Amino acid sequence: MENFTPVSALVGGAFIGCAAVFLLIFLGRVAGISGIISQAFSTQSNWLQRNTWRVAFVLGLIMGPIVAVNYFAITPPQAPAGNIITLVIAGLLVGFGAVYGSGCTSGHGVCGISRFSKRSIIATATFMATAGMTVWVMA
Amino acid sequence: MSKIKSGLVGFISGVLFGAGLAVAQMTNPQKVLDFLNVTGDWDPSLALVMAGALVVSWAGYRVKARMQQPVYACDFSVPTNKQIDLRLMLGSATFGIGWGLAGLCPGPAIASLSYASFDLLIFVSAMLVGMLLAKVVIRTTS
Repeated sequence: MENFTPVSALVGGAFIGCAAVFLLIFLGRVAGISGIISQAFSTQSNWLQRNTWRVAFVLGLIMGPIVAVNYFAITPPQAPAGNIITLVIAGLLVGFGAVYGSGCTSGHGVCGISRFSKRSIIATATFMATAGMTVWVMA
Repeated sequence: MSKIKSGLVGFISGVLFGAGLAVAQMTNPQKVLDFLNVTGDWDPSLALVMAGALVVSWAGYRVKARMQQPVYACDFSVPTNKQIDLRLMLGSATFGIGWGLAGLCPGPAIASLSYASFDLLIFVSAMLVGMLLAKVVIRTTS
């Protein structure tokens, strides 16, 4: 457990919580990233009108790490490891699974569990379990 | 709802979210894999990321319960589906396998675009294709 970083983990987590609460209180929306991103594929009319906050959120999400790296001496985002085929498969599974299961770590793991949604608790337990098993198998 | 206000709220929330992911080191795939590696040299940090986020978010839902409507919108759009179905289980299980393979989930993957590498772009492109596929499957089966 030499890599354990409890303080930055708690502080970062609290930031994420604040982001979710801010969105909920001001716009009444859930900060589920896969839901926000997959709206890009929505074919409804007035797309930009309906999705202004989502586009702005994604822009902010991309800028967030730049702000953090500049103001707190933290490690910048790192590239994923593994060969291209593994990354393609991983990306496909993450994208498909998150949308098919109606949420990922943010929507189910944070927003869902904090309002005690049984669906989200089961979803989170499921993806934590399969992720852990995958790491164990690949090791 | 004014577009400027909703855009501003979305942007501020996004910056906070992305900064939080970076501070918590969820934008470091190896850190995520070390958390998922329960039987190895386990790094429990990510459990605390979740704990920190959950406490704040839980408090937020307590505040929400006392509000008639959001500050800048007519009503709250919080998921109402309560059904535990095959789609939820299959989707979550699939997502977990991908997460365990690369150590990236959608939020950190998008947030890391500011420091994009070729490998990250490959992952994000595949993720977007996966999302589109899921949308198509959902539309054709429901």
